[in-house]
Amino acid sequence: MLRVEDIGVRFGGVHALKGVSLTCPAGQVTGLIGPNGAGKTTLFNIVTGIQRPDAGSVHLDDRDITRDSTEQRARAGLARTFQRLEVFGSLTVRENVQLAAELHRGLRRRGRSPVELADDLLARVGLTAVADHQAGVLPTGSARLLELARALAISPTTLLLDEPGSGLDEAESHQLGDLLRSLAAEGTAVLLVEHDVQLVMRICAHIYVLDFGQLLCEGSPAEVQADVGVQQAYLGAESVAS
Amino acid sequence: MDTFLALTVTGLVTGCLYALTASGLVVTYTTSGIFNFAHGAIGMLAAFSYWELTASQGMPGLPALLLTVLVISPLVGAVIERLLVRRLGTASLEVTLTVTVGLLLLLIGIANTIWDPATPHRVQAFFLGDEVTVAGVVLTAHQLVIVATATAVAISLWAFLHWSRTGVALRAVVDDRELAALTGASPTRVGQLGWALGAGLAGLAGVLLASQVSLDATTMTLLVVNGYAAAVLGRLTNLPLTFVGGLLLGLCQAWAVGYLTLDFISQIQPVIPMLFLFVALVLSPQARLRVAQTAPLRAPSVPGARRTLLATGSFLVVAALAAVAMPLSRMGDATHGMAVALILLSLVPLVGYGGMVSLSQLTFAGIGAVALAKVGGGPEGLLAAIAVPAAVGLLVALPTMRLRGLHLALATLAFGYAMDDAFFSNATVMTDSLGLPVPRPLGLDDPRGYFFLVCGAFAVCAFGVLALRRSTLGRRLVALGDSPAGCSTLGMRVRRTKLGVFAMSAGMAGLGGALLGGQQGAVGSADFGLLLSLTLLLLAVVWGVRTVSGVLIAALLLEAAPLLQDHISGVGSVVPLLVGLGAIGLGKHQNGIVGSVVAATRRRRAVPNLPQPRTEPPIREEVLTSAQS
Repeated sequence: MLRVEDIGVRFGGVHALKGVSLTCPAGQVTGLIGPNGAGKTTLFNIVTGIQRPDAGSVHLDDRDITRDSTEQRARAGLARTFQRLEVFGSLTVRENVQLAAELHRGLRRRGRSPVELADDLLARVGLTAVADHQAGVLPTGSARLLELARALAISPTTLLLDEPGSGLDEAESHQLGDLLRSLAAEGTAVLLVEHDVQLVMRICAHIYVLDFGQLLCEGSPAEVQADVGVQQAYLGAESVAS
Repeated sequence: MDTFLALTVTGLVTGCLYALTASGLVVTYTTSGIFNFAHGAIGMLAAFSYWELTASQGMPGLPALLLTVLVISPLVGAVIERLLVRRLGTASLEVTLTVTVGLLLLLIGIANTIWDPATPHRVQAFFLGDEVTVAGVVLTAHQLVIVATATAVAISLWAFLHWSRTGVALRAVVDDRELAALTGASPTRVGQLGWALGAGLAGLAGVLLASQVSLDATTMTLLVVNGYAAAVLGRLTNLPLTFVGGLLLGLCQAWAVGYLTLDFISQIQPVIPMLFLFVALVLSPQARLRVAQTAPLRAPSVPGARRTLLATGSFLVVAALAAVAMPLSRMGDATHGMAVALILLSLVPLVGYGGMVSLSQLTFAGIGAVALAKVGGGPEGLLAAIAVPAAVGLLVALPTMRLRGLHLALATLAFGYAMDDAFFSNATVMTDSLGLPVPRPLGLDDPRGYFFLVCGAFAVCAFGVLALRRSTLGRRLVALGDSPAGCSTLGMRVRRTKLGVFAMSAGMAGLGGALLGGQQGAVGSADFGLLLSLTLLLLAVVWGVRTVSGVLIAALLLEAAPLLQDHISGVGSVVPLLVGLGAIGLGKHQNGIVGSVVAATRRRRAVPNLPQPRTEPPIREEVLTSAQS
């Protein structure tokens, strides 16, 4: 389970995040939505240790990891994908996942071989056909699925997904939703940042809405959809009033 | 007190020159994102142009200065931007560094071709003979010109960047290229302007420096390299801090010259700018992990274990045949070439796989040769030739592992440059004036046997490098080169991986250096110079630093170059020209020649239409819908 408490980040005089707290429990998909520039990716960077917060703390399974390095957080069970792709472009698709599995196995040394695990995960996200291709030549949608498979290879307890659905068509996006729900059903805590509101509303049990670095509201999909503040943030005050 | 004042004034004058150089570098870096290693060479070219206009054509000093600084140098900068920099786009650091280092060598080659290095070229100082006494310190008019020019440049640069429309556009492009383009600024034109401005400043520094030293293409180019330290203090982006850095560097150097007179300490005087650079790099705050990627290249395929074994066996058979059949007169060159190939091979895991650019690989080769010479030619000598450079590599890597990309490359440059002056030119290391005698390892005095030994060492190391690439460590390295952020978020211990490969690469270079020394019989300071190191790196990258065959071809061609030189008269230096041109071609074929051919001949497979992701365990829509309701 991931818990973020009162996170604050400033870029010069601008508050990128201010007093943001959220909880992402195991066994469900939690949504994090908001307009562009709301601070969603910054929050992911804070949670994974790529960036340091000016205030607040991050807890993973009730352990304070605010001061841990990115690597330590990964080893503690935190995995993520990126909005701007970070696949290992010179390696093959299989090697991308295999490497992640090897890094994880290096820590725990049990279970299936990294190659077997890589092949299973590639099958799960539907990338078996391109397993031997160089990852750098994959189209964006497939590369996002590869990042997901790679993140899964370190057997995370908490999974942060930054717009995994962009670049996918409607049917693929639907399948991705099913996959994420199945991951949550297996006990993983999934935090999903996604612009595809339909996908978010369909699979998330709880949703947080971020706007200008602050939490605008939180609740079930139905509650969030009914919130006037959220409608204003997405559609503009005038459209909502009319 | 008088001495202190005199030293301070001298230091400030030198510091002004550093500040001028560094500010030009910062302007080009911020506007294009590319660190211009050829900055010093542009300054050198300007100095020679100034000499040509004044000493050769008889033009008076001031018009010649204006023509050089305001017309010729900016034009060179703009042409470089148009022909080279614009094509680089989102190329990797290894490529952008190589292209500008190639440009550096090309410009040196051009200068040596036009202005014969054997003929001395002297440039007269401005207002020669005029002196002013300030607070008891005698200043030449030329020194005053330097201080006045640097001050004027600092003020006008600041005013230009803050008050003029073009200057504001330039800063906007630096902040956010895409956003600036949306608001009407042209990033391309601004980039070209940045390069023209930077080259103008390099030219100004070059002309002002020219009268202080003897005009030599290499010396002039490397003198300007000292200014890099000032730019690093300004984090390559901050002009006022860069000026402060330049002045500080000048002062440190002057005070050191004045006060450090002890034998040992005086030996480090020439390397002060490089120590300054190293310390500035190690202490400079690093940006957080960059979350953005360079454009993916079609990587050369990795041969499997069987293919590697077959290739290694075939190579050894050819080597054995060559050892028997080759005329003895060619044996020395061939052995030399194979030893160089081994040194280049050490770049494959480091630069080719890991994307960590080392500009001082020959330094480690040199340490290997010295270790063999000191320990002796037995197996323990060979072991020392690997272990000592590996240990030194580890020592250099420890404080620099925090650094990434360009900063790491500059740290290795500082190390190599400093070792050039403090170690390889040191009489206590190189005991003999004719060089340090190096024995042939394992007593293999027979040239044919020794050739085969070197070939064998190359084959074993090449086999090892390819086996490494197929291993977890190899995958780690490649991943690290592709996306450090991706590696960290998977829990990879990045520093440990980097340290390991740095030490291994240094050890392999050391073995190559020792075998090279054994072949030559003696090594001198010229064998491991920084420029040669840069040339080797360039050759490797141009031919394909990601492939074993690429570095082998590169080394053999380097060996063949002198033969080519014999057949081309009137060209000052073939190697820098060829290497420079090759590096520039790299802008287009970024995998290197062999890498591009290998990638192109790979069966081109279109990415197939992908099946839908499979869900596990299957979740039925209606179950979820009812659960939600």
